Amino acid sequence: MALLEPSKYSQGSVLGSVNPDLASERQTASFSVEELTVWLDGSEEHTQKRRAVVEAIESDPVFSRENQYFQSQNERYEAAVRKAVHLQKKMHEMGWTESGPEFKYIYRAVSGDIAFLLHRVFIRSISVLGSDKQIAKWIPLATQHKLIGSYAQTELGHGTYLQGLETTAVFDITTQEFILNTPKISAMKWWPGDMGRSATHTVVFAQLYINGKCYGVHPFIVQIRSLRDHSLCPGITAGDIGPKMNFENVDNGYLMLQNVRIPRENMLNKFCEVQPDGTYVRQGSQKINYFTMTTVRISLISDEVIIPLMKACTIAIRYSVVRRQSKLKPGEQEAKILDYQTQQEKLLPQLAAAYAFHFINDYLQELFNRGYSEIQKKNFNTLPELHAFSSGFKAMVTQYSTSAVQICLQACGGHGYSSLSGLPSLYTRIIASCIYEGENTILLLQTARFLIKCFRAASAGQPVPPSVTYLAAVKPGKCPAKNKLEFLSPDIYTEAYQHMAARLVRSTAAKLQDLIQSGVKKHDAWNQCTVQLAQAAKAHCHYITVKNFAETVEKLKTEAGIQKIMKHLCDLFALHGIFSNAGVFLHDGYVSGAQMDMITASYLDLLAVIRKDAVPLVDAFDFTDKSLNSALGSYDGQVYQRLYEWAQKSPTNKQISPAYERYLKPLLHNTQSKL
Amino acid sequence: ILFCSSVLSPEALVINDPDFQHEDLNFLSRSQRYEQAIRKSALMVMKLREHGIADPDEIYWFKSFIHRGRPEPLDLHLGMFLPTLLTQATPEQQDRFFMPAWNLEIIGTYAQTEMGHGTHLRGLETTATYDPATQEFILNSPTVTSIKWWPGGLGKTSNHAIVLAQLYTQGQCKGLHAFIVPIRQLGTHEPLPGITVGDIGPKFGYDEMDNGYLKMDNFRIPRENMLMKYAQVEPDGTYVKPLSDKLTYGTMVFIRSLIVGDSARSLSRACTIAIRYSAVRHQSELKPGEPEPQILDYQTQQYKLFPLLATAYAFHFVGAYIKNTYHRISGDINEGDLSELPELHALTAGLKAFTSWTANAGIEECRMACGGHGYSRCSGIPDIYVTFTPSCTYEGENTVMMLQTARFLVKSYTQVSSGQQVTGMVSYLNDLSRQRIQPQHVAARAVTVRLNDPISLVEAYKARAARLVEAAAKNLQAELNHRKSKEDAWNRTSVDLVRASEAHCHYVVVKLFTAKLSEISNAAVRAVLTELCLLYALYGISKNTGDFLQAGILTDAQIIQVNQHVKELLATIRPNAVALVDSFDFHDVHLGSVLGRYDGNVYENMFEWAKKSPLNKTEVHESFHKHLKPMQAKL
Repeated sequence: MALLEPSKYSQGSVLGSVNPDLASERQTASFSVEELTVWLDGSEEHTQKRRAVVEAIESDPVFSRENQYFQSQNERYEAAVRKAVHLQKKMHEMGWTESGPEFKYIYRAVSGDIAFLLHRVFIRSISVLGSDKQIAKWIPLATQHKLIGSYAQTELGHGTYLQGLETTAVFDITTQEFILNTPKISAMKWWPGDMGRSATHTVVFAQLYINGKCYGVHPFIVQIRSLRDHSLCPGITAGDIGPKMNFENVDNGYLMLQNVRIPRENMLNKFCEVQPDGTYVRQGSQKINYFTMTTVRISLISDEVIIPLMKACTIAIRYSVVRRQSKLKPGEQEAKILDYQTQQEKLLPQLAAAYAFHFINDYLQELFNRGYSEIQKKNFNTLPELHAFSSGFKAMVTQYSTSAVQICLQACGGHGYSSLSGLPSLYTRIIASCIYEGENTILLLQTARFLIKCFRAASAGQPVPPSVTYLAAVKPGKCPAKNKLEFLSPDIYTEAYQHMAARLVRSTAAKLQDLIQSGVKKHDAWNQCTVQLAQAAKAHCHYITVKNFAETVEKLKTEAGIQKIMKHLCDLFALHGIFSNAGVFLHDGYVSGAQMDMITASYLDLLAVIRKDAVPLVDAFDFTDKSLNSALGSYDGQVYQRLYEWAQKSPTNKQISPAYERYLKPLLHNTQSKL
Repeated sequence: ILFCSSVLSPEALVINDPDFQHEDLNFLSRSQRYEQAIRKSALMVMKLREHGIADPDEIYWFKSFIHRGRPEPLDLHLGMFLPTLLTQATPEQQDRFFMPAWNLEIIGTYAQTEMGHGTHLRGLETTATYDPATQEFILNSPTVTSIKWWPGGLGKTSNHAIVLAQLYTQGQCKGLHAFIVPIRQLGTHEPLPGITVGDIGPKFGYDEMDNGYLKMDNFRIPRENMLMKYAQVEPDGTYVKPLSDKLTYGTMVFIRSLIVGDSARSLSRACTIAIRYSAVRHQSELKPGEPEPQILDYQTQQYKLFPLLATAYAFHFVGAYIKNTYHRISGDINEGDLSELPELHALTAGLKAFTSWTANAGIEECRMACGGHGYSRCSGIPDIYVTFTPSCTYEGENTVMMLQTARFLVKSYTQVSSGQQVTGMVSYLNDLSRQRIQPQHVAARAVTVRLNDPISLVEAYKARAARLVEAAAKNLQAELNHRKSKEDAWNRTSVDLVRASEAHCHYVVVKLFTAKLSEISNAAVRAVLTELCLLYALYGISKNTGDFLQAGILTDAQIIQVNQHVKELLATIRPNAVALVDSFDFHDVHLGSVLGRYDGNVYENMFEWAKKSPLNKTEVHESFHKHLKPMQAKL
């Protein structure tokens, strides 16, 4: 396996050579970076395919992100539309298809900086919720971009709680139409992507009324803009919701409907239908809806969370071996900041988490694939587990990764705050993932509901999914480790996590039970336990992540170098979690105070061990410079030169600022007389 | 009662002044935001003098109101350039530079940080070489890493800079000194020959600030431009050493105390927005069949927000304490008594880090507690966050600050170990000597902690701090015992040392909050603040149960009680939550948030705000004609 030529990475680089401070880090790698990359991708073929896609996209100037940090919201939006349109052409040229193996790498290659993401959700919702007839009518129009779709669920005043939506769709038997209305301001659709400026159609979720009776929330296809000149259709008020922390490429929109009439056939009716005479018919199982949400949550974990986290680690770790500050030993050169224990303690646990989450993503994919094949056999038994897991892991991984990226940003000193570092945009983008597709606290409570249910079932001797049998099986006890080295045994720490998660679920279930028995109403009891419930759900996900990491390492026996470093990362991830949540492990005495000191010592020792491989470990993520788009994180480590050259491209340096003539000059010259 | 504002009411002066009105900054480009800021700064200087405002506190409020708490291009001129002239220039230099600078013929900045060098001042590379033949200094930026980087107002605004450079005279390096360097031509504002200067580009926030770079190539300035109140270079190149450098501590203490206050203010603003919005937002159902409740009625929402509210109050008192202490002892400093300075310096370093880290995370929690709408710039929280977050890094990177405090703690511990007594905030270390003999952890003596008594909780925090300081000091000693280098041992203990500092600072905050309670005369106010103080202390324990359990300060059963108490306090505070943020008394204009409006008319105003978005300027966006239409025609 040939190592990649460095030249491939340094495209667009200002200088040819690699900064010696970074080069030296690569000479001491304890494993083959290329082998690790291939292993992370799944196979050599995958790696090749991914690189080919990235190469094809990055060599095309339309997809350039070179000036992204200098662009206004309007410019970003326009560029995103241009790229989305061009991507259609590119895919056709390259022979890539939506169902092909290349497709999953395209999003990574364009770094998500593209329009029409909701158009895809539009297509998916019709495929899932529409009848065969509706699919036959709408899908070809959408895939050929004869129309551009969006997906309008959230309202100004209503998010997570679907039943609370206020938009109405009243069936008019005489004309066989639905009349859609936004009855008040809080009912306005708000946030849907692609809807502010681009979409011609959208799937609107509204309360269905027939003959004055409400039948709950249903989806309707509504045309909002003219296919001829893109002007708004009668009765439609729509626009962009204004600037956000990031996602300037997306025209998140608002939509107000005033007596908008759509034909009866526009209600998506795979599961529910309104017949011409106004009869409401329910058909088939709606459980599949949950499956769609699960799909979205799982796919966002890898695309929107793990990749940005890996990028942030790459930038911060490479920069930390280039940046030198203060002296560790008198008389020596200033030290690389990664040689400081505090810097290692900031960054290396985040690196370990990036790997841990990569593996948990594999685990979820597998769980998902198994569930999917069951569902195709009309067996919905795995759905609750799948739904609970996708919710809990979405919440845990997004929350963890968000704070990890923030740590990476702040670990880069002042330069981390420069947009040119790439870190502010990674951060402001990843934080949105804590809210969208289900607000994290609410998701954790859904997972908790499942765990409590399983715990009760298992305690009563009923069958539960294998992943949660431990809840009722764990017995009280003490951690058996006798010295700090024993804490490097996966059995020891996995068991500690298991014990802790089971205890938290068990004690919360008991608390709930106590409250209910003392006469508190069920819903009040639930609300009074929600803080603990969310904590228990997180503990469960943390446990599964540690367990899965340990099992992944276990299976790796054949590749010695990689196995060894992965084992270190797994240990670090696990011990960091105990170190940072010491209280829940000490509580009930499972881990003693003396053992906690051993854990801390082992944890700190690991930092120094992994330090040596830190750069190779981020190199293995295999991001090109263009994809990192960071003056601090590029492969060659020519940080300062690049920062200086990029800064000069800033519009504030190019354009003549009117500020001088208008305000500074009078201030500098004429103030004296006025003062 | 707690936030007595200035009699003058700068708010009223600014709000009623049409000159300070402008379009919502969220809709402007960076260049436009810079331009607006400059416009307002220019006006501000004139108005300050028009209204005869000269008191530093009043200037601060006036300025922060005009710029709504945001940075502005003259910050460094007013906050660093002018004060540095006052403290470090000779009378002759003051004659030459001060009045022109006061009258803004000279606009200056303070250029210390370089691209490759921040915290470690001695590592700066810029050189100033004295040439006795012409009696000039020759300034150079010898490497890329030596380019001055980040100084505010340098990019576009300033025509002078105070530059920190390594002084070379008679072939010897004399260390860092400050020089007044003209950088732009008076009149045309063009960079002078030998000067390369510009803006460092977009950042995470600070859009209105022209943080700049400065590169000097054999740029000559007269000998008299070195700030020579303390150190001097004589015409023949002879170097005269300064007397003492401890005085610079004073400025650092002062600036860091401002950051503590800013942590309190920024967190208060975010809490105001999130708590008001949580009272307006309704979601899901708590009781079957009932209308959707205010989201502030959910325990999880209270658990996110009320501890932060308590923290905002706590930091407010800490900020006031440091400021008062500084003013009290700066009198002593002027009389040459520097005895209290080291402790105050160590304490403010740690508290700067502790409060800015906490507020930084807290602002983000407030934003996330606002769900999706928090992410919109109309919520105002993104702006508070990006403006505040750099304070974790500037004026002393937080980890470095924590280690400075740790150095003081270890020193105090060592004094106690050798039989001396220590005073001030660290005096709890004296207790250690009495239980020295115990091989077990310090606090193994059971402290009887009363969980509903703040004073008793202060003792618990004290025990935790003592235990962690002792553990860090012992680990440091163990490392020293089998390593040669002191620096190496220090580095290998630094994670422990940071933990010890954090515990110390946490103790100080709980102590100061508790102490404040007895000063409140109004019974109702004291009652509600006592609840907040308890919440702050108990929540802190519940988030750090490991420390309290491991040291044997609290038992498992007590921890369960702590968690239970926290939840009860949430319910107790709930009815007063909005009143508690209203007391912060932020004007809507200053809050800059559609979600946090005093009147709570959130949704209609979000719609009004969105209509002004740049993407909505035309009914059909131009990209339709440029890209969409051609594509649809082709397919």
